[in-house]
Amino acid sequence: MEAASTTETRTATPPAKKGITDRAKAERKLAWMLCAPAVIAMLLVTGWPILYALYLSFQRFDLRFPDQKEFVGLSNYSDVLTSSTWWSDVWTTLIITVVSVSIELVLGMLIALVMHRAIFGRGPVRAAILIPYGIITVVAAFAWKYAFDPTSGFVAGLPLISDTAQPLNTKAGSLLVIILAEVWKTTPFMALLLLAGLALVPDELHEAAKVDGASTLQRFFRITIPLMKPAILVALLFRTLDAFRIFDNIYIIQPGGALGTESVSILGYNVTINRVNVGLGSAVSILIFICVILIAIFFVKALGTSTAQQRGEEA
Amino acid sequence: MLSACGSSEGGGGARSINWYVFNEPGGSYDAAVADCNKQAGGKYHINYVKLPTDANQQRELIVRRLAAKDDSIDLIGMDVIWTAELAQAGWIEPWEGERKAVAEKDKLSGPLKTVQYKGKTWAIPFTSNTQLLWYRKDKVDKPPADFTWDEMIDDAVSKNTAVEVQARQYEGLTVWINSLIAGAGGQIVDQNADVKVDDSAKKAAEIESKLANSKAAPPGMSTNAEDQARQGFESGRSDYQVNYPFVYPSAAMVGKDFQKNMGWARFPRTEKDRPSRPPLGGINIGVSHYSKKRDLAFDAAECLAQPKHQAIAAEKGGLPPTTQSVYDTPTVKKAYPFADVLRASIEAAAPRPVTPAYSDISLAIQKTFSPPDGVDPSNIVSKLRDRMDKAAEGKIF
Repeated sequence: MEAASTTETRTATPPAKKGITDRAKAERKLAWMLCAPAVIAMLLVTGWPILYALYLSFQRFDLRFPDQKEFVGLSNYSDVLTSSTWWSDVWTTLIITVVSVSIELVLGMLIALVMHRAIFGRGPVRAAILIPYGIITVVAAFAWKYAFDPTSGFVAGLPLISDTAQPLNTKAGSLLVIILAEVWKTTPFMALLLLAGLALVPDELHEAAKVDGASTLQRFFRITIPLMKPAILVALLFRTLDAFRIFDNIYIIQPGGALGTESVSILGYNVTINRVNVGLGSAVSILIFICVILIAIFFVKALGTSTAQQRGEEA
Repeated sequence: MLSACGSSEGGGGARSINWYVFNEPGGSYDAAVADCNKQAGGKYHINYVKLPTDANQQRELIVRRLAAKDDSIDLIGMDVIWTAELAQAGWIEPWEGERKAVAEKDKLSGPLKTVQYKGKTWAIPFTSNTQLLWYRKDKVDKPPADFTWDEMIDDAVSKNTAVEVQARQYEGLTVWINSLIAGAGGQIVDQNADVKVDDSAKKAAEIESKLANSKAAPPGMSTNAEDQARQGFESGRSDYQVNYPFVYPSAAMVGKDFQKNMGWARFPRTEKDRPSRPPLGGINIGVSHYSKKRDLAFDAAECLAQPKHQAIAAEKGGLPPTTQSVYDTPTVKKAYPFADVLRASIEAAAPRPVTPAYSDISLAIQKTFSPPDGVDPSNIVSKLRDRMDKAAEGKIF
């Protein structure tokens, strides 16, 4: 949002378009030509699939019955939106998203503070904390799955965990393991984004507050958090968008979204890849896309007001 | 010859035949391929393209390639449940005339039914599979011929042991439920692929729920597949298990006495007065419609599926033959002391629904019958019927 407004002001500054010189024209043309390959590549790899999915979502199109392909308008959408499966999957996805992102925010903040304050071994500390994020999600998911496996996992052998109530045998337990895997894997990413925000808080403010007699907690909630708000919102935006599309952890830990752990992405996979019902699956994908856009709009709006507030305060 | 060997994928030379089939760890498919290549004397050269062992993953790979008209696939090692789907989509070639006679020659009736769809033969049966009831001779009594699931569960509860089944939400659950339903005289879809769910589904749910909520439920029942069941039985926590014959050679590795104490019987009955309908698995070999060398591919398939190679598959891979005479060969008799009950089980087996929308139907069954301890037999029939109808109409369920 901030970037957008600055470019606006910049493009507004040059006097008038009429006064453009031949040289400027040639430069602009060159700029477009230099950009063109990248723009075309982006359009091909993102724009085209999205448009094609949109087109497919209006069709009855099952790869196994190519003869039955026909235009059906919005019926795929109404089918998805009136099914209880879609809504229960949306709820499951939201539970995973909200719980995991909240835990990640708190843990990420703590880790960011540690990384920020680390006096000795700053490099090794930061590197160590980033290790989970460097591990491929599928590999990490397998590690969690094997740990909790009711037959061969070590968690099954721990005291307090009874043979009959293994986490992976119930819906709640499975969701818990999936959330744990998600949190373990992506908290470092959250911490990294928050660390960048922490670095922006000027030390003078803290010192001034200290002189005024503010406690550590007061300083954290009154100075650090408000100044970090844009960074927090950006971190939340990235992680929420990511978490809402959760697929690999569930695919490995409860294959096929078993025991009611099906997320919207797993549903899309089951319909498109397993049932090869491309039309219906595309409708699911487009609906996920719309959800993601809504989440993004929500955070960008919040981010916009927060940065505007900040600028207002500064002025 | 060497150049043909090098190109395991993507067509290869003019005479190379690509066979897409699961990676048989025992090496019996490798042996069959090598033998056929030798027999062919340069007429064709089969490349064994290995697919994952998970049936769902195999299907996803094959279906996507066929939908994209991939001509690098010549032969497909088809799970028995794919026939209708691939045939209806026009992705495999029917076996006609003399070819049909070769495909059907001396085959057991169960496996033969799995290659037939809409009055035509779509593949040559290669290996089969079925489940037996395995029990500990030193712990429980020899099950009578009319042993039912109810009796088995009650016996296990009274002896403080467990019954191993496959009840994870995956294809194995469909296998189990389908056999329970067929054992009660019911079926999920009829010959015209119309949904036929009746009270037999309720009976199946009652057995599933009874086991899951009893003390005979093994730990992790709702996430156990074939291998967890085998491990559970070998660990001694259970004295009964229903599983494929691969558990028998595996038992030899636990210790010699363990295998000696392992008994076998036919799959238990759903109802006392009705013979059980064991599950039916296996691999058929089909010829891709998009292959550019169909004639050679048919020849290669006939060679691969010949009785000699079925015997090797039985011995090395633990995969039961589809040809009757193979059961009488010394190799198979030695590898399978239970060959007779195995053959009888395959003959009496209940095929899974024959419908082009099989994967939809199967997903719907899995969703409806999972988790096992949460299944409510009183409303299962309407629930299953509703999901089946939606699956058949290509809707979300």
